[in-house]
Amino acid sequence: MCTTCGCSGGARPLLTNTATGKTSRLEVAHIEAPIGVAQRVPRPRAGVRSTAAPTADLQHLERDLLAHNNTIAARIRDWLRARNILALNLVSSPGAGKTTLLERTLRHLRDLGDSTAVSVVEGDQETRFDAERIRATGCPSVQVNTGTGCHLEASMLAGALEELMPAPGSLLMIENVGNLVCPALFDLGEHAKVAILSVTEGEDKPLKYPHMFRAASLMILNKIDLLPYVDFDVETCLGFARRVNPDIAVVQVSARTGAGLPDWYAWLQAQQSALPA
Amino acid sequence: MHELSLVRSIVQTCSEYAGGAPVRRITLEVGALSCVMAEALQFCFAAVSDGTPLAGAELEILRRPGYSRCRDCGADIELQSLLDVCACGSANMSPPQGGDQLRIQSMEIEEAL
Ligand SMILES: [Zn+2]
Repeated sequence: MCTTCGCSGGARPLLTNTATGKTSRLEVAHIEAPIGVAQRVPRPRAGVRSTAAPTADLQHLERDLLAHNNTIAARIRDWLRARNILALNLVSSPGAGKTTLLERTLRHLRDLGDSTAVSVVEGDQETRFDAERIRATGCPSVQVNTGTGCHLEASMLAGALEELMPAPGSLLMIENVGNLVCPALFDLGEHAKVAILSVTEGEDKPLKYPHMFRAASLMILNKIDLLPYVDFDVETCLGFARRVNPDIAVVQVSARTGAGLPDWYAWLQAQQSALPA
Repeated sequence: MHELSLVRSIVQTCSEYAGGAPVRRITLEVGALSCVMAEALQFCFAAVSDGTPLAGAELEILRRPGYSRCRDCGADIELQSLLDVCACGSANMSPPQGGDQLRIQSMEIEEAL
């Protein structure tokens, strides 16, 4: 059983290279990886024995539960930095329009020419439907089927990166599994988290999931073309988001009609320009 | 549910340290702002620890608050949630500090006789 995610045997995440169709099981945290981001993390020595209790042995472990994930995430972050790759971790509830937004963004960047190469890591619990839509854009992508796992972990991204090998200077979009709770806890070594919220979901989502909106650098408010038809007050929602994260940037878009997307592209461009050359 | 992942990590780590000896008690520090629910940890622990050296062990959870300061009245505030507001009613507070612990502090294993 894997320390980080508890997966075991056949339940290990499945990696699919969508260009070649090649699939493999992820050897979570046990990969002797050529890129060296997924090597097993050494364990600390056992704790100090206590003489206080006569019949019990008190061990002070002082062990951070996320230490393993965070160590791999730090390696990924270094690896990405060394290659000048901008990695964004996209999070949302199911149905927020994340895949549509990503698809449209990939087509836009592709149409700009090859100035910015883009690749995608697609996290899903089961289906390959989303990955097919991404593959159709022609961008290199690897899908990670997490099975019962409700989030991507750093070791999964490490395995996906070995398969994907994104080009230096490129943009890496990580589509996390659709939920706003668990992905907040697991650092992937990304540059920033981007939370996508649609106006069909309710304006109080930032208060219901404060950890995610606190962790995100950007909130994309999607499906604004539906605002006339839903009971959603934009200012109230933005107020909630800023209450949990005063620094959060916000863009309002419709991935369907294209409204507001230039603001999102401008934010992307600014992130890339800000990377140390 | 991320609590299940965390509990599996706890059981694996503690089993390795215990080296087969029965474990009586595990003490965790869980920050109130860590987005981990103590109840969910307890719930998962019974199931996951079954058949391991941790079966029947007590899982003690020390809840650690976060801290902030009110920008309006200057009061120091202990946070039990990211949505807490100051006693004066203001939500204008400095960014939360601490309260994000997720640590196995210690465990008690039975002495071999
Ligand atoms: Zn106050």
